Amino acid sequence: MNGLLESLWTHFDVTVAILLFGIGFTTLLLHQNLIKKIIGLNIMDTAVFLFLTTQGFITDRSAPILKEGAEAAAGYVNPIPSGLVLTGIVVSVSVTAVMLSLTIRLFRRYHTLEIDSMTLMMKGEGD
Amino acid sequence: MKKKIVDRLRQRYAGDQSPLDEDMISSLGEQPPELMRTSDEAYEALEHVHESRVWEAVRQERDMYQQIHKWSYSSGLRLIKRVYTTLAVLTCGGIILFLLWTVNMLPPFGNPNNPDNNEVAARYIEQGPEETGAVNMVAGMILDYRAFDTFGETTVLFVAACSVLFLLKLNDHKDGKPTSAWLEAEYDDRHHEPKNDQILQFAARLLVPIILLFGFYVIMNGHISPGGGFSGGAIMGAGLILYLNAFGFQKTERFFTYNTFRWITFGSLITYAGLKSYSFYTGANHLGSGISTGTPGALLSAGFILPLNICVGLVVMCTMYTFYTLIRKGGI
Amino acid sequence: MSVLTVIVLGFLLSCAIATCLAKDLLVSVIIFMAYSLLMSILWMLLQSPDLAITEAAVGAGVTSILFFITLKKLHAIKVKHSEEKDR
Repeated sequence: MNGLLESLWTHFDVTVAILLFGIGFTTLLLHQNLIKKIIGLNIMDTAVFLFLTTQGFITDRSAPILKEGAEAAAGYVNPIPSGLVLTGIVVSVSVTAVMLSLTIRLFRRYHTLEIDSMTLMMKGEGD
Repeated sequence: MKKKIVDRLRQRYAGDQSPLDEDMISSLGEQPPELMRTSDEAYEALEHVHESRVWEAVRQERDMYQQIHKWSYSSGLRLIKRVYTTLAVLTCGGIILFLLWTVNMLPPFGNPNNPDNNEVAARYIEQGPEETGAVNMVAGMILDYRAFDTFGETTVLFVAACSVLFLLKLNDHKDGKPTSAWLEAEYDDRHHEPKNDQILQFAARLLVPIILLFGFYVIMNGHISPGGGFSGGAIMGAGLILYLNAFGFQKTERFFTYNTFRWITFGSLITYAGLKSYSFYTGANHLGSGISTGTPGALLSAGFILPLNICVGLVVMCTMYTFYTLIRKGGI
Repeated sequence: MSVLTVIVLGFLLSCAIATCLAKDLLVSVIIFMAYSLLMSILWMLLQSPDLAITEAAVGAGVTSILFFITLKKLHAIKVKHSEEKDR
């Protein structure tokens, strides 16, 4: 138990990433409003990016831009997880834009943003 | 009785347009257009009347459904909600606790001997600047060693822009006349648009050239300093959105129309595909391509990275601007 | 594990909780914008300047603008007209 708390404190970034993932997931499942669900999904996305970038960080080394003095690999942070997260951020904004336009179309049809009322109306339509 | 209600509902839902939309469009058509364009109070009054009519129609619809599905509305809903909330809280709590327990087994934080700091990263850092010519190693990696990933990502942006176009673009002309939905969107937007807001226009006149110039600088220097195609494209898109907000649709459509968006996106994607797929014909090792990499640190160096950055930046700029105008007015 | 990192991570957690518990949608989106900005500072502390610029431009810029314009389309921004009626 003590060992677990110890490692949670040394890996504080990863702990916060997991907690943010949990907060985002809870918002996605438990709120009724569609906009809150979209915000929760965005928070989950950024939590996963935080976790990925933490795996590439090395203490006391600098960013991967070539400097005059140090040319070996021992002066720079690992650049690979950064590249993956760059792709992820752009995909996240695309998904948010598509979800927002779906929300606008749903609002135009049902004139409400609560998912429960909307599902009941959709169920009534299918009769 | 139930069959009559269901038949009436089925008649109303023949298309995708809800009867509430028809109500709004027809009530809008009753007023003469000059009255709506000049008088703010008439528009406000009409909006208020229309809102109350819409809410009454929604209430009627819900009452109809309540008659059919009595059990669902009262006790069914409460039961399902309770079960769902319990299961959701249990699942989320379980996932968080399980993940927190596995933090114990991660390698130490920031250790250079971690398993994922292996020889791949060492090769990208040691031979990256010579082979690609880029001083910014991350840009060299995503646009030269792993260029197909970036191509897939640009395609994802393009597909997202197409999806938003399908969902939100309104037909603007039908048999030569503007459709009622298009006119209604324009009236709605023009009513809420700032008409010659002095502060906003003064600030925009100062800021928009600086923003566009800075975005262009970030794109062009993607291989020398941090930045690159995506951030530069997003900055330029934000500059265009500010211009649209300050000066309105008439002035922006002088230089950015639907055709501009189409041709810029299409041209950039085809250029990217062409520049990076020649390796299929020259032997699948596209690093020594015959284009010299130049001196690292100069602007015109790094082989194909500069044209690729420009392509990616243009696609991102057009896509961000398109998202904004489609959501705001339903047209570009 | 510097003091600045711990402070920024603490702010990040409180912003995330505040976004989910806010009642008004406009307040929620504004706090989400602040969350994106803190994320951008965190990328810089983890030595990735590319990610910092991209997150600042895209997260605190374009995504939040799209949220605001969607809220306007859904009539979820309550504007008080009391001053105009008094004239």
